Amino acid sequence: MSDAPLGINSTVSASHRDAAPPRPLWQVIFVRPETLTFVLLVLAIFAGGQLSPYFLDIRYILDSFTLTAELSLLALILTLVIIAGEIDLSPASAMALSACLFAYAMSFDWPMWICVFIGIGSGLIMGAINAALIIGLQLPSIIVTIGTLTLYRGLAQVIAGDKSIRVPEWYIGIDKVQILGLPAPDLIFIIAAIALAFVLGMTVWGRQIYQTGTNETAAIYAGIRTRRIKTVLFLATGVTASIAGMIFISRLGSVRYDLGLGGELQMVLMAMLGGTYIFGGRGTILGTFLAALLLSVISTGMTTANLLPATQLCVLGVLLVLSIIATNFIYSRTQR
Amino acid sequence: MLKKTVLAGLALGFGLMASAAMAASNFKVVYIGKNTGNPYFDSITGGFVDACKKIGCEFEFVAPATAEATSQIPFIEAQIQRGVNVIAIAPNSPDAMNQVLDKARAKGILVLTVNGDIVGSEGHRDANILPVDFTKTGPNQVELMGSMIGYKGEIAILSATTEAPDQNTWIKAMKKTLAENPKYKDMKLVATVYGDDQPEKSTTEMEALLSNYPNLVGVIAPTTVGIAAAAQVVKSRGIANKFHVTGLGLPSEMRDFVKDGTVSAFQLWSPYNEGWLAAYFADGVLNGKIKNTVGTKFDVPNLGSITILEKNVMNTQAELTTFDKSNIDKFNF
Repeated sequence: MSDAPLGINSTVSASHRDAAPPRPLWQVIFVRPETLTFVLLVLAIFAGGQLSPYFLDIRYILDSFTLTAELSLLALILTLVIIAGEIDLSPASAMALSACLFAYAMSFDWPMWICVFIGIGSGLIMGAINAALIIGLQLPSIIVTIGTLTLYRGLAQVIAGDKSIRVPEWYIGIDKVQILGLPAPDLIFIIAAIALAFVLGMTVWGRQIYQTGTNETAAIYAGIRTRRIKTVLFLATGVTASIAGMIFISRLGSVRYDLGLGGELQMVLMAMLGGTYIFGGRGTILGTFLAALLLSVISTGMTTANLLPATQLCVLGVLLVLSIIATNFIYSRTQR
Repeated sequence: MLKKTVLAGLALGFGLMASAAMAASNFKVVYIGKNTGNPYFDSITGGFVDACKKIGCEFEFVAPATAEATSQIPFIEAQIQRGVNVIAIAPNSPDAMNQVLDKARAKGILVLTVNGDIVGSEGHRDANILPVDFTKTGPNQVELMGSMIGYKGEIAILSATTEAPDQNTWIKAMKKTLAENPKYKDMKLVATVYGDDQPEKSTTEMEALLSNYPNLVGVIAPTTVGIAAAAQVVKSRGIANKFHVTGLGLPSEMRDFVKDGTVSAFQLWSPYNEGWLAAYFADGVLNGKIKNTVGTKFDVPNLGSITILEKNVMNTQAELTTFDKSNIDKFNF
């Protein structure tokens, strides 16, 4: 024992040599996908201003954001679902169905609390259906949610038909309501972003979402209740969809079965542009928040410059490809 | 706060530059079509462009990618932001845009619905310019179809979008004519389908009609996208000798179908005249030369005297024009 052989000491110092040096702090803060989103946002604001002199009006930009506020809200909750390793393509259709049910209930002049109950309850049920199929029956989430998105859209069409259901006058105009100088939908979006960012970044539960997405098997063995986490996320998505639907109705004054048609792609686009990794385990609310702003600024800027939709689609497509390349590049380089 | 100041400063700078450039022109008018990729609106745009060359106004055409009920709202908002003087729109919905049109009028923008009206919401627009009296379009189309099929048989309608106010006005009148006029008692309307003014969907719906209703003898397609798709399906299937397609079509798109016998006749008006009239009307109202009240008569070059009818509606011509082999070559739109 007293004559410790040289081997032991060299083993100890060898383990020190094997440890990789930590990344410099500036890299951790700046070299991440959200930086690209932020840079693109600044460029987009600048480009919008160049394309049209009428664009750089902060009031106008904030008002224009209300047009995509509902889908942006859904993109935020979708970020959590994607980080947990699943995907949910049904929120846009769920939004339409719960909105149709809500408006239908209001057309019977039932008390408001019953209508709200029906609206949010239907969102909860739709999320529960998703959860039951995906987690209960262990089916792939992308296939299940493609199925449920078609189902919910079809049910919405059965309820509303080809007509629009109007709502009472007093309910219309949430985008005209200004709180703290912001249109109400924008404020709801910001509050939701702050709340979800807190949950994701600062709570144990948020940490567990990341772990579930990184490696579900390892998380299960570590004692994390992945099934419960995912169930809660799908239920939350359903409820958020119904809330978004109620905001949508207030903005448009009526609801049709094709509310938010194609919105599922836009939501996933926002999450992707925000640097969320499609296979789970990586992503931030900040990224999705910036991406939602980016999309709104781009479409508003191009519409104000009277650019035709064909051009807008091209630009969005290029952006999506760029951001996917950048996201994957950054994640693969920083993989440890 | 700082960001707001910087943005405001930049906006002011750009605004000054822009207004200096703008000082030379008369007024700014924009036409918002139902959707892009629809050649019908190119004709109306042509009328606007030529009229604006004569009057000295600035014209731009924009349209959303799809003709959904709410797709035009962001575009109207953008035009308000750009400070145009006149918004002319072919509405995709009778009521979805009421709030935003009111916002435009509150800013002093003249709101014209061109080529279709916001049925039931007429109070939200200043005036409406139609090509013909739309209450007569439905019966005219039924008569044309009847004359082709011997006034008996099963027919169907291939329309545009479910919310389109113009098509819905015509379809309602068609159903009424079929129900009430004894001349058409042997004609039966079995289905109304919607092609959303998209060539692919119109083709699919047409194929579905032919499969689901084997006794169908005719289709009325009161939309230029629909009639072109329906004619193409009939031509590919080679059933032109026993199946009749008619409706509202553009001569340029339907010329080949008429010449090879797929379609014997169809109707339309001159969309060009709508743009022409709209520009002159807007110019007159903005200059105070035309009063926007029912009963006013005013003159427009090439169109003669136009009267403002009830609910501030104007028609560019009296009757539909029927196109067939004898006259199709005379038109180049």
